[in-house]
Amino acid sequence: MNGFSGTDHQVHNLKQQIAATETQLHSLKLQLQQAEQQAEAARHLSEAYQGGFPAEWMDETLVALQQDVTRDIAQKVRQEGGFEGAPSVRDAAQPRRWPLEKHEYKRYGRQLIMPEVGLHGQLRLKNARVLIVGVGGLGCPAAAYLAGAGVGTLGLMDGDTVEESNLHRQIAHSTARVDMNKTQSAMEYLQSLNPHVNYNRHEFHLTPQKAIQIFEQYDLVLDCTDHPTSRYLISDACILTGKTLVSASALKTEGQLIVLNNPPRPPGDALGGPCYRCIFPKPPPAESVLSCGEGGILGPVVGVMGVLQALEAIKVLTARAQRPANGGDWSTNGATSEAAPKATLLMFSTYNTPQFRSVRLRSRRADCAACSAQSTISRQSLTSGSLDYVAFCGATAPINLLPPASRVTATDFSRLPRDGSNVLIDVRDETQYAICALRGSVNVPWTGSADTWLERALASGLSFGGGRQHFVMCRFGNDSQLAAKAVMERTQTPVAVKDVKGGFKSWRDEVDPSWPDY
Amino acid sequence: MAARKSSQSHSGGLELLFSNQRKHKVSIPSTSDATTGQPSNVAFLIKWLCDNLMRDPRKEMFVLDDTARPGILVLINDADWELEGEEKYELQAGDEVVFVSTLHGG
Repeated sequence: MNGFSGTDHQVHNLKQQIAATETQLHSLKLQLQQAEQQAEAARHLSEAYQGGFPAEWMDETLVALQQDVTRDIAQKVRQEGGFEGAPSVRDAAQPRRWPLEKHEYKRYGRQLIMPEVGLHGQLRLKNARVLIVGVGGLGCPAAAYLAGAGVGTLGLMDGDTVEESNLHRQIAHSTARVDMNKTQSAMEYLQSLNPHVNYNRHEFHLTPQKAIQIFEQYDLVLDCTDHPTSRYLISDACILTGKTLVSASALKTEGQLIVLNNPPRPPGDALGGPCYRCIFPKPPPAESVLSCGEGGILGPVVGVMGVLQALEAIKVLTARAQRPANGGDWSTNGATSEAAPKATLLMFSTYNTPQFRSVRLRSRRADCAACSAQSTISRQSLTSGSLDYVAFCGATAPINLLPPASRVTATDFSRLPRDGSNVLIDVRDETQYAICALRGSVNVPWTGSADTWLERALASGLSFGGGRQHFVMCRFGNDSQLAAKAVMERTQTPVAVKDVKGGFKSWRDEVDPSWPDY
Repeated sequence: MAARKSSQSHSGGLELLFSNQRKHKVSIPSTSDATTGQPSNVAFLIKWLCDNLMRDPRKEMFVLDDTARPGILVLINDADWELEGEEKYELQAGDEVVFVSTLHGG
């Protein structure tokens, strides 16, 4: 009995060994077949580009091919061994003769034939991951051109929803998508433009806590936001994660563009490009910061700047050289000298001649809080939330200057007699006053200073006397308080003056829904 | 006293503080201190502009702690003034100095 069971065991063992060897043999045959196909592809490639295909790009292309081949083998072996039931989507028997897909030659052909891009540049774009922070006036055109150019992965970050007042400039959104999250809206546009790009949506505003983890998923970052708070945060996170930053801004009729941390180097390395803090170590006073909603913006102005951001991104991505054989850092083709790289600021001004002007800025600051050897900003200070960017840049609190007795609601104001006993002073600028105004009101635009405004008010024939009640009104109810306060404090005799709370916004909400909402 | 010509311009909204005019050609004294003969530098120009060219009373929108306020780039002949010695740069005849307010909209 024991003898039989011993032989059975031996037979069983031999069968197992044969099966294992057969699997191994099969896998080896498969590998041989793939290797032969790969060698053939390389020969084709070599023939196809004979004389015009620099050796360093050849390696890059073959790496792209090899990755596919290895993946196919792995999957095939798993299937043959019964580890994976589903058949492979890609037919491994079909060799990849060309590094790009058939449709890609067609779609990107017009840029592919440019020596600045070429096959190597297109492959780099395809392998690149770009994050666009802010999908508004800058982010929409930037995303459109980067998606069009075939950037492999595009991240879109924005917590805002589309508003009707965005549509004159934010070209990826549409009338039908008002109230939709901007990343969702833009993705619908971009999908129809180029479905071959991998889109990541980050449906929220950037916070210091999330910045590092998200930036690490990308190769390059575009700052398309609209406030100093986010601009400092994005720059700091780019330094900490080693990403080049393409930053642009626009307001009214002007725009500015700057490429930062280019080339990207760790803090303390003078061969890295300067960061936002090197150029602007201190934030501007909060009251000097105007948004597009307050100051206005011409659509093509911000469009030009967003398109330029995409252009700079393409330049940075396609210029990236091979990682040196010694395993050192990436370096760009342009930065051959060992001098500390300086940044360049491109300024666009609609009504200037010339409209574009480029100025030389500084290199890294030796005492920069973010990118110098003495930097105080760390991953820890961001992820822990201990760095307060809002406090750093200063917040403008809603103005509340006047005692309650000196203020009236829009509703109460609308009920006052219109018999000449009341005077309404509208302190919006001339352009806004010409859009819509209340009949009988006097327009004295707020000048930013009590003295000059009072001078202009008196010059417009206002006497602040005669026992008449004066009311001051503006767009949102801030400037009107400043003007009312100026009258109270600077006129010799006591004057009856009140401001209309919430300005014309409240007037529309409470009294006249037809009042233009510009 | 000899005067030194210097063209000076504003953009990014700063022109609002200077009579809404982007470009000004100004002649400033060649020395900031007659007794020491100290040549006029950019620090002197900034003060001179505040006293002589700026009609808007909101000086704090242009100057803070006796220098250009944070958020204003000073460019001397198309280069950041930090490349030229900042406030101590001594102005030459025909120099172009540009004050740019940074924009933040997007």
